[in-house]
Amino acid sequence: MEYLIRFSQSHETFRLPEIQALAVLEGIEMEVVSYSLDSPFCIIRLPSPSPPSLTTTTSLARKLIRRSILAMSIHELWGHGPSLSTLHATIQSTTSHLWPQYLQSSFKFTLDSYQGSRSSPQKVSIINSFSYLGFLGPIKMRNPDEEFILHEDWIFNSTPLGIPEPKYLYFSRYLGSGMRDLPKKLDLKKRRYISTTSMDAELALITANIALAAPGKIFYDPFCGTGSFPIAVAEFGAVAFGSDIDGRSIRGDEKKKTLKGNFEQYGLLGRLGGTFTADLTNSPIRKQPLGAPGGDGNRDGVKGRVFDGIVCDPPYGVREGLMVLGVRDPEKTPWVERKGREMYKQADFIPPRKPYGFLAMLDDILQFAAQTLVDNGRVAFWMPTANDEEQEMPVPSHPYLETLSVSTQVFNKWSRRLICYRRIPDKDVDPAAVKAREEENKPTGKTADELNPFRKAYFEGFQTPPATGTSTPGTPTTTTQTPPPN
Amino acid sequence: MKVLTLNFLTCAVKSCKSSSDSFPLHPKDAELASDDVEVNPQLLINLLPRLDWKALKTTSTELGFPQLPDSPPTIEDLQSDEKLLKDLHSLLMETNLMEGKLVCGVCGHEYAVREGIPNFLLPSHLV
Repeated sequence: MEYLIRFSQSHETFRLPEIQALAVLEGIEMEVVSYSLDSPFCIIRLPSPSPPSLTTTTSLARKLIRRSILAMSIHELWGHGPSLSTLHATIQSTTSHLWPQYLQSSFKFTLDSYQGSRSSPQKVSIINSFSYLGFLGPIKMRNPDEEFILHEDWIFNSTPLGIPEPKYLYFSRYLGSGMRDLPKKLDLKKRRYISTTSMDAELALITANIALAAPGKIFYDPFCGTGSFPIAVAEFGAVAFGSDIDGRSIRGDEKKKTLKGNFEQYGLLGRLGGTFTADLTNSPIRKQPLGAPGGDGNRDGVKGRVFDGIVCDPPYGVREGLMVLGVRDPEKTPWVERKGREMYKQADFIPPRKPYGFLAMLDDILQFAAQTLVDNGRVAFWMPTANDEEQEMPVPSHPYLETLSVSTQVFNKWSRRLICYRRIPDKDVDPAAVKAREEENKPTGKTADELNPFRKAYFEGFQTPPATGTSTPGTPTTTTQTPPPN
Repeated sequence: MKVLTLNFLTCAVKSCKSSSDSFPLHPKDAELASDDVEVNPQLLINLLPRLDWKALKTTSTELGFPQLPDSPPTIEDLQSDEKLLKDLHSLLMETNLMEGKLVCGVCGHEYAVREGIPNFLLPSHLV
């Protein structure tokens, strides 16, 4: 049987990764029959159980979508076609065996016109054209047993253009809804405690879905800030851990406006595993060395590999500085380290930090994920990139991680991408890829601009660089001429 | 910070990582608090194979809880013995370390815990 998913026409590139992740989470083999970024209508096929049972498949369809943020609803698809007459012909020739079971049910008919509209008399006449279905039950506009929907897909701007008919139609029976309203519950505008870089509730929840957050799992965010991602994964039932190099972002005002206070606000305190102040490059989390013998989880000493998922929005070095522990230039400023040696045991000592490379940090996140995720665990993180093709940043890769999806949210001159990876079990890792990684050169530099090509491009306004060869000798090579290594 | 967290954390100093004595960190002057958390058997069953039982036993004793058995329970034990499940839940998920210090058994570095949030930042000579 084919089913129709009615998506929201927003965050288009996130829609399929989200629904595919939910299929993995629920253990449903879903096949996408037709999907386009330009349309909110997607046709999927779900496996028929043996013996065939429509109720089982129907409950699979409801399960598939129940947690989705971007899918509004799912429907049993009775027919589709480029015109109302072809649609009627399909319904009459292929679904007449379905009609009798709804003969006495209360029902209603709805018109779902995407990018178009119909006048009331038109609506009534269209709905009446379905009278051959012969339903005898009462019509109930509120809580009917069954809802039948005619979905119309109109071309953009059809009303001013005077276009009389939609380009495509679908007819369906409503089955279930997603969680389009959940982002409102976690809305940043009503959250007690946020900061300038708190992730929008909708995107945080989508991230949690794509990373398969679920009851009984444990998740970690190494750049948790005020807790947007830990809250989102906890909302889906996972136990959340978070850390940040800036402890103030976790503590807030130490009263109500704290990360913990946010969990309290949403009634999620029981799922806040723990938060701590730490730097990813000097993390206190136990990690399992890669390629260790018997590395599948039970080696003496480090058991490692504890997280089901890692989700984060690392600092891009634009709004939020990109820092790790250490001194930028230890030879120039020897007193910084000297002072540290004398004072570090004092409670109010603030360890010095130095700028760090964005690409180096992304690589650290992948390495950390490879060392701490369970087999098939997922890491999903956000990274910015320029929209200009020449300045685009490559999607980082790691031999122990398989890239599953790349979704993009586009702004004016730059975009940010959500990239999701799966931890490959050790036995399936390609040894050649591991070797290639070991031989790679790591980028070096000291200042924020040298270390962070995105930051540099951002503050230069994403100007297209002059053609190669015109740059004066001696000037530092720009990012665009030599794309940074992964 | 739930006691569970202590089972994942070691000393942040890189040279300590190679020594097994850097794990678990030892609580010192610990103030504990207890939260009411709904029991989640599925979570405990998922966690069981990932827990370092020896370390958990050490932590539990150091925090003044009754001694845990030498070997971890099996998943079947957890499924059949409700008291065992509850006790483990209470230790891992309901007990919170609020104030005190976490001490590395190798370098002796003390990580301060304030309002349930430990601080693992290191001075530059240790990174």
